[in-house]
Amino acid sequence: MDTERFDAIVVGAGPAGSAAALTMARAGLSVVLFERGEYPGAKNVMGGVMYGRMLGDVVGEAAAQAPMERRIVEERLWMATPSSAVSVGYRSAAHGAHTPDGAAGSAAPNAFTVLRAQFDRWFAARAEAAGALLITGTTVEDVIRRDGRVVGVRAGREGGDVYGDVVVICDGVNSFLAQKAGLQRRPVEPSEMALAVKEIIGLPREVINERFAVSDEEGVTIEVYGSVTQGMAGYGFIYTNRESLSVGIGALISHLMRTKITPYALLDGFKQHPLVARLITGGQPQEYSAHAIPEGGYEAMPNLFGDGVLIAGDAAMMVNGLHREGSNLAMTAGRLAGETVIEAKRRGDLSAAALAGYRDRLEQSFVLADLRKYRALPALADRRPELMAIYPQLVNEAVEEMLTVDGLSKRAKQKKIWRRLRAQRSLWQIMKDGYAGWKAIR
Amino acid sequence: MSAEPAPPPLGGTIEEKLYSVQYRHDKQSHISITHGDTCLERCGEEWGRPCTTFCPAKVYEWDGEKIAISYENCVECTSCLLGCPYRVIDWRLPRGGYGVHYRFG
Repeated sequence: MDTERFDAIVVGAGPAGSAAALTMARAGLSVVLFERGEYPGAKNVMGGVMYGRMLGDVVGEAAAQAPMERRIVEERLWMATPSSAVSVGYRSAAHGAHTPDGAAGSAAPNAFTVLRAQFDRWFAARAEAAGALLITGTTVEDVIRRDGRVVGVRAGREGGDVYGDVVVICDGVNSFLAQKAGLQRRPVEPSEMALAVKEIIGLPREVINERFAVSDEEGVTIEVYGSVTQGMAGYGFIYTNRESLSVGIGALISHLMRTKITPYALLDGFKQHPLVARLITGGQPQEYSAHAIPEGGYEAMPNLFGDGVLIAGDAAMMVNGLHREGSNLAMTAGRLAGETVIEAKRRGDLSAAALAGYRDRLEQSFVLADLRKYRALPALADRRPELMAIYPQLVNEAVEEMLTVDGLSKRAKQKKIWRRLRAQRSLWQIMKDGYAGWKAIR
Repeated sequence: MSAEPAPPPLGGTIEEKLYSVQYRHDKQSHISITHGDTCLERCGEEWGRPCTTFCPAKVYEWDGEKIAISYENCVECTSCLLGCPYRVIDWRLPRGGYGVHYRFG
């Protein structure tokens, strides 16, 4: 292997890496795909929701064969206090059945749950089937540079130097290779990273169907904001799998450092919330997991390309925390990185100037458009976590007041709610909070 | 649905949670502290040694003199790369094939 050359070296067989490898291999490029886990997915964790359109854009009709757990037919958002929650949700018979007509990914549902140890393995196998060489159990430790240009990687094994025309870095959150390739612009702050913990809780299929009012293939997502994060910025989630629930919660590392709340105590507290406990009761914990989630957004992204190098996925901070999206950004970026390399190879130029087209492609896609849209949100979440506790509490109180039939007139109830709101927040503060929130997501 | 739900599963200890995780253990640690005196002299007072609480796998414990590292618990979440206020945790990727080995993920 030490003397072998590839058109492209991809590091990391997650959604970004496998998408890049598959795209390039299908176009006839020689591609090697490194994975440090014993199999793709062995090191990878996410809440569990993936999106059909972006998968279809990469694998086409094969998207229908992906190892899906359940397709999402209902999404709920809870704003919780310790004993209650205001719930909003969307459910439709057609929702989630297919991506919009004409899309390459119409074979796959809009959104579906996955278990990454299974999904990533399947996805990397598609890249292999397209001709990429998958090497597992191998950690890439460094990039090889010559005259400032990335020309290969150093893998942690004997004769581990591998050369290629381009290296696509998809080694995940807190990317070591981004630093080594000189792409990282500045150190990432603990306020730009969340830590999430999760448990897979096994339950019989029929029990899940009954508790969530779904049939075998249908699934539900629940995101929970408010008291469950104990004053930190973050949220809890419950996602349905075929015969288990993914139950987890995350918070910014800066807030975990300050509060000294352990992630596992946070998870246990979430599981003991009366509304959550009812859904998971009787379940068998099957696996605990934890992972950092890049939440710094647009402002914290590294340079996306250099001489002979591109970066995609978590390694490039491509997560839209507000919409719990990430794997779809990663897949799209991986595909666009692959397409950029294909075109650059055709022109015989893999310099930074030639690879700059990658950024243009991302700019034209939802990836950078969405990340730019929410660029102010991470800083707001870090600075003002109390907003995520105060307003859910107030909304719960207001709803409870309106739903309590006690002889008080509705107008009197409105006044009471308004007084309670004003006792906690001045009109000026409410306007300021609203403006800050609007500015961060407009 | 019953009126009183049974207690939720595994409200249990972190040790119990980690027991559900599969690993392939390396004999050599992939984690070390570069400046242990910082943990002793500064971090306790200034930060309260947050690695002992934010680490989701309880890798870091204060033994009164130094941070004791249970590297074999590590699930490679990478939080400690940012969560150490002084960045004295030298955390590296485990050697290929070693470390956490998720069955579900």
